[in-house]
Amino acid sequence: MNFSKFVARFNRGLLYAFMIALVGFTALPIVYMVSTAFKPLDELFLYPPRFFVMKPTLRSFFDLLTATDSSIVPFSRYIFNSLFVSVAVVFSSLFVCCLGAYVLSKFKPPGAGFIFAIILSALMFSPQVTQIPTYMIVSSLGLVNTYWALILPKIAVAFNIFLMKQFFDQIPDALIEAAHIDGASDWKIFWRVIMAVSKPAWATLIIFSFIGNWNDYFSALVFTTSESMKTLPLAIQTLAGGPGVVARTGALAAGTFLMTLPPILIFLAFQKLVMNTMVHSGIK
Amino acid sequence: MQSSVEVNSPLQLAPQKASRFKLTNARKRAALGYLFLSPFLILFIVFTVIPVLQSVYLSFTYYNMLQPPRWVGLSNYSVLFLEDDIFLTSLKNTFIFAVIAGPLSYCLSFMLAWVINTLKAKMVFSLAFYVPSITSGIALSIVWLYIFSGDRYGLLNNLLLDWGMISEPILWNTDPDTIMPVIIVVSLWMSMGTGFLVFLAGLQNVSPELYEAGAIDGISSRFQELWYITLPLMKPQLLFGAVNAIVGAFGVFDIAVAISGMPSPNYAGHTIIAHLFDYAFIRFELGYASAIAVFLFLVTLGLGRIVMRLLSSKDE
Repeated sequence: MNFSKFVARFNRGLLYAFMIALVGFTALPIVYMVSTAFKPLDELFLYPPRFFVMKPTLRSFFDLLTATDSSIVPFSRYIFNSLFVSVAVVFSSLFVCCLGAYVLSKFKPPGAGFIFAIILSALMFSPQVTQIPTYMIVSSLGLVNTYWALILPKIAVAFNIFLMKQFFDQIPDALIEAAHIDGASDWKIFWRVIMAVSKPAWATLIIFSFIGNWNDYFSALVFTTSESMKTLPLAIQTLAGGPGVVARTGALAAGTFLMTLPPILIFLAFQKLVMNTMVHSGIK
Repeated sequence: MQSSVEVNSPLQLAPQKASRFKLTNARKRAALGYLFLSPFLILFIVFTVIPVLQSVYLSFTYYNMLQPPRWVGLSNYSVLFLEDDIFLTSLKNTFIFAVIAGPLSYCLSFMLAWVINTLKAKMVFSLAFYVPSITSGIALSIVWLYIFSGDRYGLLNNLLLDWGMISEPILWNTDPDTIMPVIIVVSLWMSMGTGFLVFLAGLQNVSPELYEAGAIDGISSRFQELWYITLPLMKPQLLFGAVNAIVGAFGVFDIAVAISGMPSPNYAGHTIIAHLFDYAFIRFELGYASAIAVFLFLVTLGLGRIVMRLLSSKDE
């Protein structure tokens, strides 16, 4: 038996063992969250606390969705708010940013370089920096506490147009010229050619943008004051910080589970597309 | 006379003006380009460019949203740096966080991506590390608060008590000494995000022939491969990851608030954004808050520029 080969194989096994242990470690909080969501009342308050659920039950979900009558707004309203806002932002942003990126990448009108430079700088600051004037603009437009306040400011996102432009850059111009010769209008080329070949890119954009908006806490915190306009992250924090903390432990765990599930499922479904797109997203 | 000036100016591309003259093809395309770009530009200008400029203006004023802004010159900035002890605390916290968590998460995500790229079942491993970053920090804080809970019921305290490593529960999220470490640990857990994916994708894109060519040129170890072949090829991705890491590190807010509350005990978990939020939306001193925002903007932009200079592949 070849000794060095054996050593190499042993090292490899060690590496796998280490990585699996690491995965196990990072997965712990998520496993705990899932298992807690399904715990019956007596297991929630066990001492010492038990990590895994013994007799799983859907009781907490039932409590959360039907029996939260102590709060003013039914929990389903928060789910609807989050879902509606996220979906509206994702699709309007996809449309607006792809159209813009198409111009920056393929038309290059005078000033395109300058616009892209500004977009690049906009990548470099936290969105919270502009929150005050944005709030003033939203408030002077009379949009506070409306869905518009949660949607409009988040359509033209620097990251989205940047991602799409980097992807469009490597679509050969010959493809567009060929379509031109065939008599297609620029609009048709955008819709039928560019968007068709860049499916992985915009699928990625949909995922990132959905996840970001679904989890967004700051804008809802700033732009909404009424209970019925709150989104899930805010609602969950209210559940957690309210006076009846102990009584709602189960509902809280169930809410967290519901909040966390959609991003994971969506990423799981589109993981391959995302990886194919991210190759092109470096800043050159 | 007037009209000829307009025609000569490249900025005059409004369709109704343009139609009066025979247009060159290029000009028509530019007009169409601006038309397609306009939805983005309008929203981008209204909700990003104007807010940034307005922040700069407001930072020189006293403004409480009820009365019109009153010009106060640099006094917001001088108060900020000379008199506001809590701001200095938040600055210190944010810098400690950025200096430790930023580079650590950046290196960690690159190392993990590098290791995962050599393994089988890449997708499974990458998913396992990516998932924490797409969970909501706010939602998951419920789990973290349980793990770091200050009484015997807290998971970590429970374990440490069982193993006899401590004799009394540690008040993880209320003791000023342990708040920051807890925030850093949780952020690191969540930090294998976009940067990690970009690294992973970049690594997969390095063609194997380059490694073979490198081997002929005398590169022998995996680390030499990494240093001489992989890293130079991955500059665009590394730059993207770095910009992401900087923005993330200086924008830390929701996790800190979820873990330590607002205001946190002795302001130990107070970050720049938390301070900004406090003055903007609790005290409604928007001029002062704008000065904080402008300062933060300059810091991230400056660091972003430095990183770009260091890693840019343009000037080679």
